[in-house]
Amino acid sequence: MEGSVTIPPVPKPVAAPPGSGGSKGAVEGSATWRLADRIGLAICWGLGLLFCALAVAIVLYLLVQGVKYLRPEMLTTPAAAGFTQAESGGFSDALIGTLIVAVMGISLALPLGVATAVWLVEYGRPVALARITESTIEAIAGIPSIVLALFGTVIFSSTALSFLSRSSEGVVFGRSFFAASAMLSLVALPLIVASTREGLNAIPRHVREASYAVGKTKAATTRRILLPTAKPQIATGAMLGLGRIIGDTAIIVVLLGATQNFAPVEDAVFPFNYLRGAGTTLTNFVYEASPTGNLNQPEKAYAAAFVLLLMVLALNAAVDIVHRRARKVGTWSS
Amino acid sequence: MEFLSPPPPPIRRLPLEDPPAATEALPLPAPNGNGHAAPGRSGFTAAKRSISAPQFSIRRMEIDKVSVFYGAKEAVKSVSLPVRQGEVLSLIGPSGCGKTTLLRSLNRLTELTSQARLTGRILLDDVDIHQIEPTLLRRRVTMVFQQPNPFPMSVFDNIAYVIREQGSRRMRKKALEPAVHSALDRAGLFEEVKDDLDHPALKLSGGQQQRLCIARALAAEPEVLLLDEPCSALDPKSTQVIEDLIVKLRDDVAVVIVTHNLQQAYRIADHVAFMYLGDLVEYNSATTLFGSPREQRTREYVSGAFG
Amino acid sequence: MQEELTPEYGPKWPDQRVERMLGALVCMLVGLLLALIVTVFVRGWPSFAHNGLAWFGSGGNVDDQLNAIFLSGQSGAEYIYTFHAWPLIWSTLLITGGAVLISLFSALFVAVFIVEFAPEWMSNVLQPVVRFLASVPSVIYGLLGVLVLVPFIGNDLISEDQKASVAGIISLTGYSLIAGVVVLALMIAPLMVSIFSDGLRSVKPGWLEGSLALGVNRWRTTWKIGVRAARPAIVAGTVLATARAIGEAVMLAMLSGSVGFAPNPADGLIFIFEPSRPLAPTIVKNIDQLSSPPGGATLFSIATVLLFSAAIFSLCGYVARRSMRKYGTA
Repeated sequence: MEGSVTIPPVPKPVAAPPGSGGSKGAVEGSATWRLADRIGLAICWGLGLLFCALAVAIVLYLLVQGVKYLRPEMLTTPAAAGFTQAESGGFSDALIGTLIVAVMGISLALPLGVATAVWLVEYGRPVALARITESTIEAIAGIPSIVLALFGTVIFSSTALSFLSRSSEGVVFGRSFFAASAMLSLVALPLIVASTREGLNAIPRHVREASYAVGKTKAATTRRILLPTAKPQIATGAMLGLGRIIGDTAIIVVLLGATQNFAPVEDAVFPFNYLRGAGTTLTNFVYEASPTGNLNQPEKAYAAAFVLLLMVLALNAAVDIVHRRARKVGTWSS
Repeated sequence: MEFLSPPPPPIRRLPLEDPPAATEALPLPAPNGNGHAAPGRSGFTAAKRSISAPQFSIRRMEIDKVSVFYGAKEAVKSVSLPVRQGEVLSLIGPSGCGKTTLLRSLNRLTELTSQARLTGRILLDDVDIHQIEPTLLRRRVTMVFQQPNPFPMSVFDNIAYVIREQGSRRMRKKALEPAVHSALDRAGLFEEVKDDLDHPALKLSGGQQQRLCIARALAAEPEVLLLDEPCSALDPKSTQVIEDLIVKLRDDVAVVIVTHNLQQAYRIADHVAFMYLGDLVEYNSATTLFGSPREQRTREYVSGAFG
Repeated sequence: MQEELTPEYGPKWPDQRVERMLGALVCMLVGLLLALIVTVFVRGWPSFAHNGLAWFGSGGNVDDQLNAIFLSGQSGAEYIYTFHAWPLIWSTLLITGGAVLISLFSALFVAVFIVEFAPEWMSNVLQPVVRFLASVPSVIYGLLGVLVLVPFIGNDLISEDQKASVAGIISLTGYSLIAGVVVLALMIAPLMVSIFSDGLRSVKPGWLEGSLALGVNRWRTTWKIGVRAARPAIVAGTVLATARAIGEAVMLAMLSGSVGFAPNPADGLIFIFEPSRPLAPTIVKNIDQLSSPPGGATLFSIATVLLFSAAIFSLCGYVARRSMRKYGTA
């Protein structure tokens, strides 16, 4: 019967052969890669730093110019005709206009998007319709907003929808806050659908089964359990959609009329007189105030762009906060 | 094969006959008062060994008082083992005993985990492996994993990938063919795939995929082959094929296999190291460790008292 | 909870009813998309009908043609539809192609960097940066381009001789191809980076670990195995970004020049400084044409071409991803 094999004393280690010598016990460093690989890593670093530098440059430049040109009265004075930039007022109409389209757009997109996502995740029969719907949402995401705008002109110029905009002598103008918001909701829709689907799909099956097992309908389960659980994702989707809505220019330029002030419809009651009328938003204002547009007031353009950027940054920060809070709460252990 | 010193004379081992097969499982001997168990038999010996005695053994790697820490937790506690070409070394033990961690430290894969720390020395042909560049080391000490993980390419490309990365110049497909065929042959897969080497690797059966992974590991012309429970995801027939393959390979490469299947270790290992909670409890030849283990814990484990 | 149950008839919102309502909603959405496609095509048909395939060809000054179309609609005489859009198409191809190429290259490297090679502090900085760049409105990119980049190109990059050499044909003011390409690349790159890095992160870790365990270094493992396995995501990201680039109207309207001019590579390197105007900005710049019937038809015909190209790209992407499935992917 053999005993355990005795291990003879360990020989002294020979000097390391030439050509070797990586980092001691650390993650593999790039010192030993071939030249082509190292150039690749250098390109990575260069591009990464370039992106950071560009982002910083954009923010700083707009910050500087915005602070230089933004006066508080610009936020409260509507635009007016004037010869110099100082005399021509501010962009309060544009600011309020942005808020109006944001609220209206998201209130259309959110229910529609959540309902579509719920149908896709929870129901989804017949399967062919589900696939078609998925493709439809993807297609809507891929349609340029200028095409959506053109389509909007056709829809809202029809006499059936004349109550949504101004008409004169039987010709429906077709440009109003209603029209613009309706088309803008299509811009936000795919984002909301995608985020809500993600949120609903992340809920494991046994949660739903637990609810059905006590006799609840699918509708009740969705309304009382699933949607509240998916709230962070829905909120994220809504904020992403909001960001795209307030950043869109093409639909505004086409569907909101080419004015710089509110142009309410005369014979309607507040607030519908404004909502049926034409107006402007920050994006439209920046476009018009830039050298490409009609006003050519670069200082105002900078000021408005600065305000717009602040809004977008605020939305981004809100998305970040929602994410972080959701991660802290934790997820199902499935 | 390059030897650093002339190979020792072949060790002549007497062919060991199987210990008498027990017809029923023997009960555990009652522990003596002094704690050192009387040498007894474990009821393990019904299996038949498929491995004959090794013809020679050359020490390739030396594990010298190695401890591996994940953060504060000590996963491997001061283990010392030799790894020899010409024989199969099997690491056995219950889950969480550190055998996989020890295996992964042999080709420095533990470094991929950010909080891993290693003390002690591991020598490959008398050179500390931490002095060797990691990618060079991993070509000399290759590893096959528990889940077969062929790359999403054709069978040919899976093997060619390894060979291409070794050379410094782009190699044409024709030039690679002999090496690819030879690797597939050594892994015993060539006959089955030779008609269509462009077949997607992911469409092979589980056993074939694992043999492809072994072929891939062999294509790097390693000196040591590490296997981490290679058959645990496979059916018995594929398992047998791979076990035969492993035994065939031991003359060319030093084989270290981690397994929690004790029968498998008995079938194919020359030496067995039993680990428990990070400690090396016993290191012995297979017949001894399974037939008449020295330590009480070993006896309890191989007779199934825990695991 | 008794509120959802009515005494005799069971739940107030039975699943069948809800399912039918939601299904109707979804059908409405699909119908809306179909209505959009049909409407745009039908409205644009007169322009195609009158021009035939010459719509896509070149012949004459595009801007003059647009003028003539508009005026004919106003005057009430015989409508003029003559329109040869090649300069616009050529401009779209150049600007979109250039931007997508630059973006693809940079986004791939940045995504690989974020997922694999950047130290933690760097990727914690880069990811918010990418998200920020993706959310900046296009009109702000346009503004910065117009007020910073265009004067820089016009005054500092283009020399006087270069301006003189093409003075007879076109004037180089800085509103140029290169301005459009650079800013558009910056706009679509963040989109690609996020899709690429999602794809890279979902590669099976067993493949990467297996490759490292065979002695392949991290750089090659990431590219030869990781990027290869993430190819469907790369295709998807490229398709999405291309669709976005084709449809970008406002920023390019501000930057690329307002002339329907076809930049001529035969001019040598100067051609990147030549102005032009792709299809989408043409619609924005000529939006007043909607009030005149032939003008409206022309605009809708351009919109049809935009829709069609986005659809074709999606199809190509789908086909490409199907063919990648042969060897298996992440």
